[in-house]
Amino acid sequence: MPKVTIDGHTIEVPEGTTILQAARMIGGDVTPPAMCYYSKLKTSGGYCRTCIVKVTKGSEKDPRPMPKPVASCRTTVMDGMEVQNNSAPDLLEARKGVVEFLLINHPLDCPICDQAGECHLQDLSYENGLSTSRYEFKRREFEKIDIGDKIKLHMTRCILCYRCVKVADQVCDTRVHGVINRGDVAEISTYIEKAVDHDFSGNMIDVCPVGALTDRTFRFKSRVWFTRPMDAHRDCKTCCGRVVLYMSGNEVLRVSARKDQWGEVEDASEGRAGWICNECRFEKKELKDWTVEGPRNIDRHSVISQNQYLEKKNLRIDVSNQKQIEEKAHN
Amino acid sequence: MGRKLLTEHINVPGIRNLETYRRQGGYETLKKALAMKPEDIVEEVKKSGLRGRGGAGFPTGMKWSFLAKPEGVPRYLVCNADESEPGTFKDRYMMERLPHLLIEGMAIGSFALGCRTSYIYIRGELMYVFQILQEAIDEAYAAGLLGKNIMGTGWDFDLHVHCGGGAYICGEETALIESLEGKRGNPRIKPPFPAIRGVWDCPTVVNNVESIMAVVPIVRDGGETYASIGIGKSTGTKLISACGHLKKPGVYEIELGVPVEEFIYSDEYCGGIRNDKKLKAVVAGGSSVPVLPAELILKTAAGEPRLMSYESLAEGGFASGTMLGSGGFIVMDEDTSIVKNLWTFTRFYHHESCGQCSPCREGTGWMEKILHKILDGHGTLSDVDLLWDIQSKIEGKTICPLGDAAAWPVASAIRHFRHEFEEYVRNPQAIRTDHHYYRVNNLSPELA
Repeated sequence: MPKVTIDGHTIEVPEGTTILQAARMIGGDVTPPAMCYYSKLKTSGGYCRTCIVKVTKGSEKDPRPMPKPVASCRTTVMDGMEVQNNSAPDLLEARKGVVEFLLINHPLDCPICDQAGECHLQDLSYENGLSTSRYEFKRREFEKIDIGDKIKLHMTRCILCYRCVKVADQVCDTRVHGVINRGDVAEISTYIEKAVDHDFSGNMIDVCPVGALTDRTFRFKSRVWFTRPMDAHRDCKTCCGRVVLYMSGNEVLRVSARKDQWGEVEDASEGRAGWICNECRFEKKELKDWTVEGPRNIDRHSVISQNQYLEKKNLRIDVSNQKQIEEKAHN
Repeated sequence: MGRKLLTEHINVPGIRNLETYRRQGGYETLKKALAMKPEDIVEEVKKSGLRGRGGAGFPTGMKWSFLAKPEGVPRYLVCNADESEPGTFKDRYMMERLPHLLIEGMAIGSFALGCRTSYIYIRGELMYVFQILQEAIDEAYAAGLLGKNIMGTGWDFDLHVHCGGGAYICGEETALIESLEGKRGNPRIKPPFPAIRGVWDCPTVVNNVESIMAVVPIVRDGGETYASIGIGKSTGTKLISACGHLKKPGVYEIELGVPVEEFIYSDEYCGGIRNDKKLKAVVAGGSSVPVLPAELILKTAAGEPRLMSYESLAEGGFASGTMLGSGGFIVMDEDTSIVKNLWTFTRFYHHESCGQCSPCREGTGWMEKILHKILDGHGTLSDVDLLWDIQSKIEGKTICPLGDAAAWPVASAIRHFRHEFEEYVRNPQAIRTDHHYYRVNNLSPELA
């Protein structure tokens, strides 16, 4: 098993592990940020360049350092490799540059964006970005598109991570959307605004790291940090049925898949990714549809994790009330 | 007079046709190659020291020997004819005049590498060249030089021409492969390299048109004869497409090692600067390599004369050197504005960025906007520093070399011609009248 040292932490990892995965195994500050990599989607990663790291020693056999910073999400670990992430100031400077590039055409409309509070780009720019923008030109703009009656595509916010394209490719069986045009006017689009119609198409909302793809049933309903995330499940024929409900009072505002600390969907069972179907996501918006398990600990450094619902005693859901609802549903 | 290996018969009337081409000794080398062992051909190419003519200058023989050869998996040779670098037009010139030389080279290369099917990927804008190549291939099929049982040796080989959609990025080998497969032309993330997984996940070699054509004289005369031409590790002849303010712009076949000064000023080659002006700057290898001012392109920083070779042009690194690149030799006279020229280059890279990775997608457009602002007379001195900062954040951070190609011209223009940027910033009104601009720069005595 190859041994890799990242910022002075040494870890032994299985063959074929990427530097990013190894860093996630170590955890903490060592982990480079990743905007486009998604471990559940094959061939994802390598596009956003935020996860770049400096390889100071290639391997035990070939100790030469790599000449350029490499994308840690797509570079496999070699035995004896030494990697610098936070300990290399020039690398942090380079990453700052990447964050700036991602932000120059981003509208920064966080106050009216549904993703605010759980946005990876917000976290990224908070941790690695500059406090002001040096860009003084008109930002790129696109028309908003409805792809189907449930998903809104707001291309202006997109950072072209290609995750939703990979979802359409790998989770859905037909791909009806992709990237058209090139350069800084490249956009995610369906062919002539065709609706995306597939049982699992809603997962592209979950994988979107920014507010480019949002849930039309949740749009402008609430800020996420005012909602109470609750683990819940139901017996679903199409998907695993394990979800998080974002609630306000006893009202279910939004349903999403369960995400881990890296913002990726959790495994459901037997190593299968816990993608949820559109019926669970968009149709089942009543508490009686679900069996609530308890409060969800959102394990990301975003504002939701700071909310006050983590302690069970503060729960405002009346369990007896829910039982009554369930009984009524049975009758 | 330098030796001509590729362009020897280029002025023979009707050389585009198979019959005339064969009368000049065409396809004799293929006959010779088919009688050789494939490994021996690769060995000859290695001995010749031929370096990739597309821009990077990686030894072709070494590239061929890296090709993985798993059992039961087809291998492919792909010819990169997606020549789109501004200032480079050698491949187009060769293909429209000598299509059979490329076909012969493809056949020899494919035989050496054990390929049954090979492709020529040509850029979409060159539709008429595509037709010339297709006609030549049809002729070759009819004459039994392609297809089944070539020249009675029992070797079957198919050659296809594929027309791209007209994107600069498809000249990058992995983007070319994606495009050839019918997908969007986005570069792949390496590794795996095409020699392991290329076209349809099979081992693939991608070579430039000129490299493949050079295989024909190498096999004909032997690798050592080819290696005797040239200087040091830059062996053989190279096609240079000279353009800009020259008396005789055009495609020249030179023996590597010709002094730059001789190439620009001698009557055998470019014949000097148009209207007998002074030389200001040269972009020596297509728009993406660093621009050098006259004193650095004619002599190295150490004071030695600079030669047209991979090593000599690169001497001094990027601080005082450049690259041979693809051989697009752009010459600028004393009246040229480096800032305007740089804006043109940057606009090109902005337009051609594929949009896959963020530094290049966003950075190229940003640089173009800043340069446009400076040219409009609204620039500030900090804009020049900002440009420098942006290019340093693009270079080396991208998936493919397009990011580097966009960053190097900006870096070199600021490094060598910073005073011109500052002039644009300081005299926003005056730069609009070019006369004043030339006077303050002390560039043209008659205007002063």
